[in-house]
Amino acid sequence: MSRQDIKKRVEEWEAGTVAKTLSKNPERKDKFLSTSGNEFKRVFTELDVDEERLFDETGLPGQYPFTRGVQPTMYRGRFWTMRQYAGFGTAEQTNERYKYLLGQGQTGLSVAFDLPTQIGYDSDHELAEGEVGKVGVAIDSLRDMEILFDGIPLDKVSTSMTINSPAAVLLSMYMAVAEKQGVSKDKLRGTIQNDLLKEYIARGTYIFPPEPSLKVITDIMAYCKENVPSWNTVSISGYHIREAGSSAVQEVAFTLANGIAYVQAAVDAGLDVDEFAGRLSFFFNCHNNLLEEVAKFRAARRMWSKIMKERFKAKSPRSMMLRFHTQTAGCSLTAQQPDNNIVRVTIQALAAVLGGTNSLHTNSRDEALCLPTEDSVRIALRTQQVIAHESGVADTIDPLAGSYAVEALTDQIEEKAFDYIEKISDLGGVVRAIEAGYIQKEIADSAYQYQKAIESTDQVVVGVNKFTVSEEPPKNLLRVNPEVEEFQRNKTKNVRAERDGAACEQALSTLKRTAIDGGNVMEPIFEAVKTYATLGEICDTLRDVYGEYTDAG
Amino acid sequence: MSKKIRVLIAKPGLDGHDRGAKVVARALRDAGMEVIYTGIRQTPENIVTTAIQEDVDVVGLSCLSGAHNVLFPKVAKGIKERGRPDTLLFGGGIIPLEDIPALKDSGFAEIFLPGTDTNDVVAFVKERVG
Repeated sequence: MSRQDIKKRVEEWEAGTVAKTLSKNPERKDKFLSTSGNEFKRVFTELDVDEERLFDETGLPGQYPFTRGVQPTMYRGRFWTMRQYAGFGTAEQTNERYKYLLGQGQTGLSVAFDLPTQIGYDSDHELAEGEVGKVGVAIDSLRDMEILFDGIPLDKVSTSMTINSPAAVLLSMYMAVAEKQGVSKDKLRGTIQNDLLKEYIARGTYIFPPEPSLKVITDIMAYCKENVPSWNTVSISGYHIREAGSSAVQEVAFTLANGIAYVQAAVDAGLDVDEFAGRLSFFFNCHNNLLEEVAKFRAARRMWSKIMKERFKAKSPRSMMLRFHTQTAGCSLTAQQPDNNIVRVTIQALAAVLGGTNSLHTNSRDEALCLPTEDSVRIALRTQQVIAHESGVADTIDPLAGSYAVEALTDQIEEKAFDYIEKISDLGGVVRAIEAGYIQKEIADSAYQYQKAIESTDQVVVGVNKFTVSEEPPKNLLRVNPEVEEFQRNKTKNVRAERDGAACEQALSTLKRTAIDGGNVMEPIFEAVKTYATLGEICDTLRDVYGEYTDAG
Repeated sequence: MSKKIRVLIAKPGLDGHDRGAKVVARALRDAGMEVIYTGIRQTPENIVTTAIQEDVDVVGLSCLSGAHNVLFPKVAKGIKERGRPDTLLFGGGIIPLEDIPALKDSGFAEIFLPGTDTNDVVAFVKERVG
């Protein structure tokens, strides 16, 4: 049937069959819109897909433009990496949790650090009070890192570390632990988040201003290219942008805009694009709107490949591949009827898998209340295992491709996200757009609209603004023992007392000189870490040289 | 016309999650109040000083990192010591129910939890201060 004939049939259907039904039974809403403003039509048809361009725009798995996936066999070869983000209290406690997770069939580690660690303060710093070990594990020195990975062979696991401003320090500690285990650097596999731009936009664990931050990121890329070739040096993160309230389109747009800035910074520093771009990875959120989320992942892959090929003239296919980790949406979890969160997480995890994620963290049902208990984490991991082994969706690649709805949404997201990227370019790039508050304002506006939609019940949240019940207060929440702070402070005091103080001081002064001279700071940080210089001491040394960033609010 | 209610919304500690703080600030502003938002990573001392300097009627604190038991009472104590015990204090965040009585004892009139309707926050402030 020709397109014209189909168009005629659709029009007849709308005017006849549909109109008749609508006259008796109106639809639930006048318009069905996603939070990104993408319209869900009553029915999508061939007319919503440009069939001439469809194959070029989707291609085949493992080939440009990678819409259908970055690997030629995807989950038929190997499932995504099941990687639960974990860390709390001390290195001793977290080491136990890691061993538990690995014992339950988890295939990679993901380290959550506490806020003082993420902002470069030792546990005995006055600003660390009350925060030690709360949202992650406290790491002050190489001693803590040795304990964290005790009994875990670093050549056998891949490890993701959610660390940004002090990423060079934590990566150095990881390399030093590996050295003690007799594992060479080229055997290490893992990721540091190391994405500072989104810290200014949404997450808040910045230390230095944007310019020196970009410089340190570039130093890490250059160092790893030579020394730790299998390490993902930046995980360009939309996750926190989405948590802060952005729409799906904004998540893709702002994340890829940040990616463009990192690639440009490295190219400007003289690196060849094909030498480092293959080690960039991405990190996305996944919400409940399954079709929009699947389309989002597909659009993001296609957009990045075009950006790398057309804008940065990359030649290696590897440079054009958007490989990504997904975490289900923390902000979608409800404190009310927390068991309902298991269902939300299942939908979100399914969307991530249908969207071709390379690794996945599933949130636990109790995270709107506290850190997850062991039971909750196990259910979250089992959710992934059920999708992998029982649902069948992993057996064929990109199974929703060709769905009129999903292809049309993929196109819409790409178009709208490229519009944003152009707007950011017009503002002078991401750093200028952040300084002007543009990106933050766009996100805050979306967050506020979403909240208003919930309050008007345009957006139903089951158990919160509809289907509510009176509940007993939840029991058996995981609490971080307040004694952790004291324990951690004492441990670090002992490290300072036992180390070779002169060697430590010398290493820090070498680091300072290198930073002042504009040299690559990775090697001197690695040397300093091995003398048991603390995270706080190393970051203070760099603060002296680079200065500190403050947010205007 | 009565004087506008002045509110300080603040983020004590190292926590960077300020979606909730910003949404609440905007809802109070839309309800006709004058709202100052401090931005993230404020010390309790900073917050107290800002509250006094800005002569606010209300201080709302947000914390999602679990450090509320240490940070919230410090702000309450500081404001009392600086001679403004009449300031209305409220808080919000990921806060276990069992922590709420002690926070209230320290001077907080209310602690709002995830899923709170901003209209409830507005009504609460207007009732206590208006």
